[in-house]
Amino acid sequence: MTDVLERPLHLEEPDHHEHHGPSGLLKWLTTTDHKVIGLSYTVTSVILLVIGGAFAEIIRAQLASPNGTLVSLAQYNELFTMHGSVMIYLFAGPFAFGGLANIIVPIQVGAPDMAFPRLNALSYWLYLTGSITMLLGFFTAGGAANFGWVAYAPLSNSINTPGAGADLWIGGLLLTGFSAIFTGVNLVATIFYLRAPGMTMFRMPIFTWNMLVTAILILLAFPVLTAGLIMLYADRHFGTHIFSVAGGGVPVLWQHIFWFWGHPEVYILALPFFGMATEIFAVFSRKPVFGYKGMIFATITIAALSLGVWAHHMFTTGVVLLPFFSIMSLLIAVPTGIKIFNWIGTMWRGQVWFSTAMLMAIGFLVTFLVGGLTGVYLASPPLDFFTHDTYFVVAHFHSVVMALVLAGMGGLYYWGPKVTGYMLNERIGKIQFWFLFVGTQVFTMPLYLVGLRGMPRRMAIYPHDPQWKFLNDVSSLGAVLIGISTILFVVNLVVSWKKYPAGDNPWDAQTLEWFTTSPPPHHNFYRLPPIRSERPTWDYNHPEHHAVPHGQHVEPVLTTGESK
Amino acid sequence: MRVEAKLLLGLGVFFGVMCAVYWNWSLENAGGVMMFAGMLLCFLPGGYYYFWSRRMKARPEDDPQATPAQGAGVVGAFPGTSIWPFTLGMGAFFSVLALVFGIWFLVPGLGLVFWAVLGGTSEGRRGGRV
Ligand code: HEM
Ligand SMILES: [Cu+2]
Repeated sequence: MTDVLERPLHLEEPDHHEHHGPSGLLKWLTTTDHKVIGLSYTVTSVILLVIGGAFAEIIRAQLASPNGTLVSLAQYNELFTMHGSVMIYLFAGPFAFGGLANIIVPIQVGAPDMAFPRLNALSYWLYLTGSITMLLGFFTAGGAANFGWVAYAPLSNSINTPGAGADLWIGGLLLTGFSAIFTGVNLVATIFYLRAPGMTMFRMPIFTWNMLVTAILILLAFPVLTAGLIMLYADRHFGTHIFSVAGGGVPVLWQHIFWFWGHPEVYILALPFFGMATEIFAVFSRKPVFGYKGMIFATITIAALSLGVWAHHMFTTGVVLLPFFSIMSLLIAVPTGIKIFNWIGTMWRGQVWFSTAMLMAIGFLVTFLVGGLTGVYLASPPLDFFTHDTYFVVAHFHSVVMALVLAGMGGLYYWGPKVTGYMLNERIGKIQFWFLFVGTQVFTMPLYLVGLRGMPRRMAIYPHDPQWKFLNDVSSLGAVLIGISTILFVVNLVVSWKKYPAGDNPWDAQTLEWFTTSPPPHHNFYRLPPIRSERPTWDYNHPEHHAVPHGQHVEPVLTTGESK
Repeated sequence: MRVEAKLLLGLGVFFGVMCAVYWNWSLENAGGVMMFAGMLLCFLPGGYYYFWSRRMKARPEDDPQATPAQGAGVVGAFPGTSIWPFTLGMGAFFSVLALVFGIWFLVPGLGLVFWAVLGGTSEGRRGGRV
């Protein structure tokens, strides 16, 4: 049924107005509640993270010796393609904007749901079916797509890559592309139209701000990818020659289109995780975000610049304007640097509480710094000519994406109690953190070195060079550590299942989602506090001080084994 | 509405300047066109918000002093549950499979899409049901 919602006024808990709808499978199929949809997204995307991670482990096992025979050369092509595709298209983005943002953003702005709940449900179904479509490739005769996650022309045409796997890849991306666009529309509308009284734009939590900017980037970038995919499909099946020289087309046009989506996509992936880390730093340092407005302007600047740097992925094509793209790419380092300083500033002289979430966020900061700095190298064309298509690039973007995985894990530990009502075990969480953090460095560092020594990416076998072999072995060891951390996460889910009730605000946090119950009721709030700053919940719980003097905080105690 | 409008218009202006510099310098059309379209995509909603922000008084969510009471009243109609998004999603799924496995997949695909459009629309009119 439709609920015509009135915003509640009362400051007492009203009678429980719980929702009487269907349950079980029918509930899952028919829900339009953003929390349920967001949870479905989160679970689906974490499963896809595990699938994509399993592909990565097979890749690393194959590379553990120069003439590995675990998989055939053709299977290896499918594996790295599907590893990259699953991770980028099906895990990282949907986890952030379909999962956590879907659950958290409406609550952070004080809204009862997303602006278009049925569109939100449609987004999820398109995401789920799109993911299934892409993975179906493994069950076809020719195998899954194998042209890399970027599907460059002319490799991706119907002569070089015949078969259903490639078409399923295209079809899956059409579905998930629309899913992302709809989620973008929903986030923008929710943030523009459903904020609670007093929640002005410059009082929104940084996570919400980052999701707003991410959503705008989605709306700018994804239609370009979808259009490109339709052109690619037409080239493959309808006899057009948009990307083939033979018919008067331009293969490099595919790269322009792909990366005009692809680079903003990097920030569509990154900005949500920046937002998660920002919230975690503030809460566990028991301070407001340092440089709140600077943070927002840095986010907007990054997004604006990200639309003008796409061809730094195409330096070696020889047909792009090197100085323009180099300068624009280097400029992005400025707002990114501001963010890093603000994160450190947030922790500076704070009462730092090293919870699992905080450790993950710090791990994110360190790992992202490595990825960001090596990105600055790659923005310089002469250095890129030397390292393009080597493992240096693979190492660079894995420093970035593994940093995002760290922040995402932090987000799960931080917001999980709000969503489920139960905490995760902190001790297992910290062990998981160390495996994930150390594993990431052990996995990426040797790849930088082997890349500088010239090892090309996307190769199933490589020459017998003792140095290369050693570096690859160390990297594979890192992958094993990362794999163990994933297992530990699953163990933690099982061990902590409904064991440690969280209460409404276990972290003494600052933003509106911690004002309501855990899990929040249908339509999110029984009552709202007055909103007078960007930390309404904190203001409400700490009326005595606006700023807490150093050394005067009460230590929160957790039931999960440890405090602080 | 002010801040929302300024955000989008500001991005649009930035893309416009970037587009002018890039297109004149590189003479490469694909990127020029895409940046130009990006600019338009910001100006369209940005202009709309700007137009309205000058005509309406600040909403409670734009008022730094607003109390929860000021937001009281109807927020909107939210569907409780609906089967139609799922139906529409399945229709889209089968339609995409038609791209790969044969045109006959369009029969269930477009059928479901059509059914969902009818069902969803009438649900919207009736005010929804479980
Ligand atoms: C368990 C952690 C991971 C390991 C061990 C791992 C390993 C690898 C390796 C060895 C390659 C290079 C394959 C080759 O060039 O032959 C690769 C490629 C790639 N990875 Fe990962 N990866 C991990 C996590 C991730 C994550 C979290 C993402 C993104 C969110 C990601 C995205 C990619 C992409 C886009 C490629 C390029 C695929 C291509 O060349 O087409 N990886 N990965
Ligand atoms: Cu890029």
